[in-house]
Amino acid sequence: MKFLRNFLDNQEKHFKEGGKLEQLFPLYEAIDTFLYTSGEVTYKASHVRDGLDLKRMMLMVIYALIPTIIMALYNTGYQANLAISGLSSYEPSGWQQHFFSWMGLSFDASSILSNMVLGALYFLPVYLVTVAVGGLWEVLFAVVRKHEINEGFFVTSMLFPLILPPDIPYWQVALGVSFGVVIGKEVFGGVGMNILNPALTGRAFLFFAYPAQISGDKVWIAVDGLSQATPLAQLADSAMHLSYSWWDAFIGLIPGSMGETSTLAILIGALILIVTGIGSWRIMFSVLVGMIVMSLTFNWMGSSTNPMFAVTPIWHLVLGGFAFGTVFMATDPVTAAITEKGKYYYGFFIGILVVLVRVVNPAFPEGMMLAILLMNVFAPIIDRFVIKSNIKRRLARNVQ
Amino acid sequence: MLEHYLSLFVKSIFIENMALAFFLGMCTFMAVSKKVDTAIGLGIAVVFVQAITVPANNLIYQHVLREGALSWAGLESVDLTFLGLITYIGVIAAIVQILEMTLDKYVPSLYNSLGIFLPLITVNCAILGGSLFMVERDYNLAESVVYGFGSGMGWALAIVALAGIREKMRYSNVPAGLRGLGITFIIAGLMAIAFMLFSGIQL
Repeated sequence: MKFLRNFLDNQEKHFKEGGKLEQLFPLYEAIDTFLYTSGEVTYKASHVRDGLDLKRMMLMVIYALIPTIIMALYNTGYQANLAISGLSSYEPSGWQQHFFSWMGLSFDASSILSNMVLGALYFLPVYLVTVAVGGLWEVLFAVVRKHEINEGFFVTSMLFPLILPPDIPYWQVALGVSFGVVIGKEVFGGVGMNILNPALTGRAFLFFAYPAQISGDKVWIAVDGLSQATPLAQLADSAMHLSYSWWDAFIGLIPGSMGETSTLAILIGALILIVTGIGSWRIMFSVLVGMIVMSLTFNWMGSSTNPMFAVTPIWHLVLGGFAFGTVFMATDPVTAAITEKGKYYYGFFIGILVVLVRVVNPAFPEGMMLAILLMNVFAPIIDRFVIKSNIKRRLARNVQ
Repeated sequence: MLEHYLSLFVKSIFIENMALAFFLGMCTFMAVSKKVDTAIGLGIAVVFVQAITVPANNLIYQHVLREGALSWAGLESVDLTFLGLITYIGVIAAIVQILEMTLDKYVPSLYNSLGIFLPLITVNCAILGGSLFMVERDYNLAESVVYGFGSGMGWALAIVALAGIREKMRYSNVPAGLRGLGITFIIAGLMAIAFMLFSGIQL
């Protein structure tokens, strides 16, 4: 490791002011601080409240995502293998499946190895495209605008592939992450200054631009020519009955976006985020409460024509992107409400809107993405009213 | 019956939001959204004016302009709908003026808080758009009251949210070329994406 440190130190002079590669300093700085703890210290009076800095915080989110990623790999492969084994004769399609056969593995849904490898063949390229294209934009903006390359991008680039379907074309991944990073974040000045969650902005862009691939009416299994309704769509259509048990949905053995299916893995992540104090439990809790209140209301109202009215809160919890959105998207500290009281309102409305869209909006089978984006839009105004009312209350208290 | 009006109200606020679904009233939406306080003032003024002008234009449309409306005067086949546009603009301008003078005389506190926004509203296309939608969809008087109030509320909601975002944006480091209106248009677009949540809801 000494060698690496020496190498970086030797290269530093090229990137300093007046060096040959002065322009690329943000890139050097990012690599350096990513590999080693920064040697720089504050030169003014410091105000340390916590040893937790931005980098630790972002890395902790990545750690919390690990169970979800493992389940994403497993389930993507499992769903594809399961679908293939259901067909009488199947020719591998797509380079992933050809490569898979070439490796000498068989399409076997009961083999963990087979599932993991096939899932990885779908997940990793999407992840690599996200990192490459998003990272390019990130570096470009950092170099031109002379700000630091921020660890926030690692989280965005990890979240973005997890909310995409496995069979999405790579050019769409590139387009989506470009939109998310540039329009969702960089035009506002980079990490910490955006108003909408960049990963969700990118996905929303794809959702409205290319509904054929991503709208969620058809299930996203990485097998050619297979079409089947998603669990949420199955519930919405009275002619179909749900073909998955609650435990399947809870553990994550249902089709869906790559990372969103396993509520169990997401709950482990939630636990990590809450224990380390990085994700706001207030937001997660109030999203849950909003969802339960709204779905119980619909259960109570009942409907003879719309079977979604009868879906209980416990099913809303495990289907679609609810759990993933609640734990990893709604709690984004930049775009969520900042005030503690505001977080309750913010989360509560997300929970309400999700169920509202799932039940009464036939245009979208799932509403988590847009519910979070909508509340991101209203988060600043919620904060403002909370702060104003606090000021008012304290002024009234101090009246002589 | 109540359910019908309620769904019309919700629809006019969220699903057919004047600012973010139809992009009406953009000039004031962009220009007066720098501060939340002024945005709230303008929002209230729009709700107020919209709730008065839409029913007023509805009365004029139903009893004077539409085909056969003048049958009470013996003019069975007269169709004055071609005068619609100019009439609605005239009515809006007149009502805003009267409202301004009335408020100045009787409710000076409200007049002062609305300030410049009242006359500004005369040229707000969301107001004219409200009247034109009312004609196009053939609302009756009660519906037009609900619609006018609801569409005004929707516009006010959008501008207050935008102002909240722009106040928060004080801490942002927007590229020089995009500062001001450029980034505001981008925000309005992103807000419209988020408001797509409601599109497609059947009430």
